[in-house]
Amino acid sequence: MKIGAIAGITFKEAKRDRILYLLFFFAALGIGGARVLAILTVGDRVKIIKDVGLASISLFGVLMAILIGTGLVYKEIDKKTIFTLLSKPLHRAEFILGKFLGLVLTLFVMTLFMSLIFLAIVFAHTLKIEGTLLVAVGYIFLELVLVTAVAILFSSFSTPILSSLFALAFYLIGHLSWGLELILKKMAPGAGKTLVRFLYTVLPDLENFNFRTEVVHGLPIPPGIYLSSFLYGVCYTAFILGLAVLVFRRRDFI
Amino acid sequence: MADAIRIDNLQKKFRLGFIPKTRQILKGITFSVREGEIFGYLGPNGAGKTTTIKCLLGLIRPDAGTIEIFGRSHFSPRSRQTLGFLPENPYFYDYLTATEFLAFTADLFGLGRVEKEERIARLLKLVGLERAAGLPLRKFSRGMLQRAGLAQALINDPKLVILDEPLGGMDPIGRKEIRDIIVRFKDEGKTVFFTSHILQDIEMICDRVAIIVGGRIVKEGALRDLVSERILFTEVTVSGLSPDAFRDLGESISAQGDRVLLKVYDESKVDAVLDLVHGQKGRLVSLSPRTETLEDIFVETVTRT
Repeated sequence: MKIGAIAGITFKEAKRDRILYLLFFFAALGIGGARVLAILTVGDRVKIIKDVGLASISLFGVLMAILIGTGLVYKEIDKKTIFTLLSKPLHRAEFILGKFLGLVLTLFVMTLFMSLIFLAIVFAHTLKIEGTLLVAVGYIFLELVLVTAVAILFSSFSTPILSSLFALAFYLIGHLSWGLELILKKMAPGAGKTLVRFLYTVLPDLENFNFRTEVVHGLPIPPGIYLSSFLYGVCYTAFILGLAVLVFRRRDFI
Repeated sequence: MADAIRIDNLQKKFRLGFIPKTRQILKGITFSVREGEIFGYLGPNGAGKTTTIKCLLGLIRPDAGTIEIFGRSHFSPRSRQTLGFLPENPYFYDYLTATEFLAFTADLFGLGRVEKEERIARLLKLVGLERAAGLPLRKFSRGMLQRAGLAQALINDPKLVILDEPLGGMDPIGRKEIRDIIVRFKDEGKTVFFTSHILQDIEMICDRVAIIVGGRIVKEGALRDLVSERILFTEVTVSGLSPDAFRDLGESISAQGDRVLLKVYDESKVDAVLDLVHGQKGRLVSLSPRTETLEDIFVETVTRT
C-alpha cells in the first residue's frame, strides 16, 4: 500500500516531465523514419524497419530511464519533500522501491505506446503480427528496468548530471562487456584470465537482453536463453536496488 | 505520567563545506516530554532545534545518544505511526490539490477509503481550507501551505504532534487560529512538541519549555517555575507634569505633548509618584506593573551563554 502510494505519486510526477514527451516524440520519429530509411536502402525493407524500430525503442527508452530516473530521488531531497515522507511510518527501502516501481510503470506505458506505433508500421508492410517482435520488446523493457534501478542508485547519492553520466557509462559498458567473453575464450589460463573473468562477472552484460538480430533475421533462439536472460535481469536489478537501499539508509537529510 | 519523548545525551556533528570542517551541532542533549503536555523548544537560529527534530524523526542519524518515542526506538517506523510532523517552511508536491495531497499522506498510514475521506473533510474544515480543497498547492500562499501542512500532520490522528515553527508566515488571525488548534490538541490528550521564535505564543500555550543554545540545553522546566511573579518595574503614564519632577523617582522614557512615560524600578517609589501627581494637580493616565516574561528569560539566558 505504502509502496503503491509512492509509486503512484512518482508516476504522476514522471508523466508531468516534458522530457518524457520530447523523447517519445523522437522515438516515434525514429520508428516512423525507419520506413523512409527502408525505401532509401538496398535490402529487405521489412528487416530494416524492424531493426531501426527496435533500436529506437531501446535507445529512447534508456534515455527516458536515465534522464527521469536520475532526478527522482534527488528532487525529493532538493525540494525537501523527503522530510514529510520519511516522517511517516515508511521504511527507506519502501521509498526506494516505490520510486523504482513508479518509474517502471511510466516506462511500461511509454514502451507500450512506442511498441504500438512500431507494430502498426510492421503490420502495414507484412499484414501480420509477429510474436517474436513482442519478445524482443519484452527484453528491451527488462533492460530498461535494470537501467532504471541503476539510475535510482546513483540518484540516491549524487546530482542528476553526475548520475546521468554514471548511468550512461553503465549502459555503454553493459553493451561492450561481451567483448571480455571473447577475450576469455582466447586467453591462456593464469592471473590475467582470472582478472578478466572477475571483470566479466562484475560488469553488467546488457547484450543478454538483446534479441534484435535473432528476431529481425528470424534466427532460432534456444529456449534456455530466454530464462537465463530473464533471471539475469531480475537478479541484477534486485542487487542494484539492494545497493540503492543500503546507500539511502545511511544518508542524513540535513 | 509516561514520557512521550525521551532524549538522552544526543550528539551530532556534521562535516560541511568544500574543504570539510567538522561542526558539533548537538553536544549531549537530554530532556523528556511528558504525555499530554505542550512542550516549547526554544533557541536562537543555529542552536540545533531543527537538527534535534530531524534526529527525532530519523531523518538524521545521531552520532551518540538515544531517542525514544512512547518507549520505542525512534528508528522503528512503528514509532512514527502515532506521530504527526509539520516541517518548517513545508514543501509538498505542488501539482497536487490539497485533497489529493492529504489522500496521499493517508495512504502512507494505510487508512481505509471511508476513514480517509472522512478525515480529509474534517481536517480541511479544521484548518480552514475547505474552499481551497480543489486548488493545486502551487497556488497556495505561505499561510495556506502551513495550514495544509498542519492537516497532513494530523491525518493519522497522532498522539504526538511535532511542529517546527508552526506559526511562521501566518497573519495574526491565522496565528491565533493555529494557537487555538494546538490548545485543543492538549484537551484531546495529544502531546505537542513545538519550536517557535514567537515567544509570546510559547508563553501563552506551553506547559514546559527547554532552551537550547549552542547545541546544549541551558534551561528546562515548567513555565510557571521559570517565569517568576516578581515585578521588574512599573510603567506609569502621567499628564500635566514635567519629566523633571520625577527625576529621583524613576526613569523618564518619553514625553509626548503633556504626557510623560516613566519606568519606576523601585516598587516603594510608585506611591511617591502617585502622591506627587495628586499633589501637583496632575493626572494619572495609566499604571502597569511589568512582571518577568519568557522573553526576558530567553534573552538573559542566550546572552549569558
